[in-house]
Amino acid sequence: MAYLSLQQVSVAYQKTNILEQFNLEIQEGELVSLLGPSGCGKTTTLRLIAGFLHAHEGAVTLQDQDYTNVPVNKRNFGFVFQNYALFPHMSVFDNVAFGLRQRKESKSAIKTKVLDMLDLVGLKGFENRFPSELSGGQSQRVAIARALVIEPDLLLFDEPLSNLDANLRVNMRLEIRRIQQELGITAVYVSHDQEECFSISDQVAIMNKGNIEQLSNPADIYHYPKTSFIADFIGFKNFITFDRKEKQTEGTTYYKADTAFVVADHPGSTGREGMMGAIRPEDITFHTRENAAHTNSLSGTIHTVIFLGRSYQYEVRTSLGNFTVNEEMFAPLQPGTEVALTFPPDKWVIVEKTEVTTHAG
Amino acid sequence: MANRILLTTFTTLVFIFLLGPLAIIAAASFGEASVLQFPPDNWSLKWYANIFEVKGFLDTFKTSMIVSFAGNVFALLLGLPAAYALSRFTFKGKAGLQTFFISPVLIPGIVLGFSLLRYIIVTFNLPIYAALFIGHTIIMLPFIVRVISSNLASFDFSIEEAAISLGASRIGTFFRIVLPNIRAGILAGILIAFLESFNNVDLSVFMTGPGVSTLPIQMLTYVENYFDPTIAALSVLLMLLTAVLMFAIERLLGLSYFTKN
Repeated sequence: MAYLSLQQVSVAYQKTNILEQFNLEIQEGELVSLLGPSGCGKTTTLRLIAGFLHAHEGAVTLQDQDYTNVPVNKRNFGFVFQNYALFPHMSVFDNVAFGLRQRKESKSAIKTKVLDMLDLVGLKGFENRFPSELSGGQSQRVAIARALVIEPDLLLFDEPLSNLDANLRVNMRLEIRRIQQELGITAVYVSHDQEECFSISDQVAIMNKGNIEQLSNPADIYHYPKTSFIADFIGFKNFITFDRKEKQTEGTTYYKADTAFVVADHPGSTGREGMMGAIRPEDITFHTRENAAHTNSLSGTIHTVIFLGRSYQYEVRTSLGNFTVNEEMFAPLQPGTEVALTFPPDKWVIVEKTEVTTHAG
Repeated sequence: MANRILLTTFTTLVFIFLLGPLAIIAAASFGEASVLQFPPDNWSLKWYANIFEVKGFLDTFKTSMIVSFAGNVFALLLGLPAAYALSRFTFKGKAGLQTFFISPVLIPGIVLGFSLLRYIIVTFNLPIYAALFIGHTIIMLPFIVRVISSNLASFDFSIEEAAISLGASRIGTFFRIVLPNIRAGILAGILIAFLESFNNVDLSVFMTGPGVSTLPIQMLTYVENYFDPTIAALSVLLMLLTAVLMFAIERLLGLSYFTKN
């Protein structure tokens, strides 16, 4: 049985259902991210778990206990806010001690725990500072210490790093992961930053329109996205809706018009029924027309070139539509150059078609 | 340079315009003659002594203090939750309520005074004290609501959620987290409302009767009958009281508090 479980939960805001018959299971000690674009329902899910929102249908359980109607202040969950939400009129010590004082712990116990926790988040000696005297990163460390010191059954993060600058974000996410692992605490982490989620999570739940489209470990999602929405979200820019397919001994051949594409079987995505193929821009390779392979190849003309730093990005026009291709090259090919595109069989992923923002083929 | 001179001239003129009458009254209050004189021929403190000899000033000062204090407490009890709710929640009719709470400022005091007289005293036959108290609560309410609301506008309500998530109750959170952070606004609201109420004439004039009057009304009555500098002396004392209050506000919050919002 899962540690935290949301069963058939529905949440409405001003009569619009944001979550409908929503399910989520989280195992003990895991850090699970909810990832998705704004409006996908990830924050609603987090606030529902925290108890700030209530489900009008379904149940929330933690360790098999019904939490559906337990008020926020009786839940013993730590919540880390996007804007830190430190108490401005209290010192760092008092901020961190707040939860322990609510629990009527002894003065000496509070002192030990608060100082230990400040030490853990790397803020030793900061206890007499006030929030207005802290940087963003320090503030967020205090917020994390404040949420952790109550020894919460669950730690919830609501985009905790989005107000920090890029370098600090990378450091802080390592810190969060370290602390979470050190304490073996179960955590739910909301973010719209793919890299951030992938780097710190055991499991990532990709959300779209109030649904989880895929819940698995980051590598699985990265390599074998289940749906076109996820594929698009994590950087697959090229999609083809095939006309028909033929199962081979190794892999499957998909056809679009007269062009055949062999798609290899891979462990993460075998048995997928969809007819849409997705491939990343960096996985398509260029060949000159003469050297083109017979299968998994398509000829086209370079339309635009964009310099990306590490590579050049080409927009290539073909008989099956436009393809986006990233190639590391010293000197770019010029628009108008005729090329053959090669699509390696093991780079194709078959996805279910869901709503997707960019679409080619 | 020419700009500088112009600015200095204008500033001086404004100060003379604002402070001149006050200075004249202050000087005249120390005159000996039994009419207001400026500059006085002879100097004396006898009109200050007279304040305490003339029947009524001390009593009405007490009445004014009681009414303004009691009304203030009541206006705060109504205004603080109202300001909180208006800032914290979105609900149907919110804009209407906002207008409702500031409406006493928009209605001329005389109209408000007359309608309160008509209903509270004539129709419901309540004692004059009650009418004064209700009337002053009404005129203080908008100031309390406005000042506290503007303070709450910059309040980050997620700290309230943070406190609740750490185990605090809603009520406990209000007292331990919200109140300490809007202390300045509450204090400013109380003081501004108090001054507004204490100096009020147009409303109070309808709600005075046999034996009950407020200080400004008593002063008005006095100047109708006497031209001696007693009122000037009393005004100086009131100005001092106001100055002390403003000084207290300035020390507590900084005067910028009133210009900021």
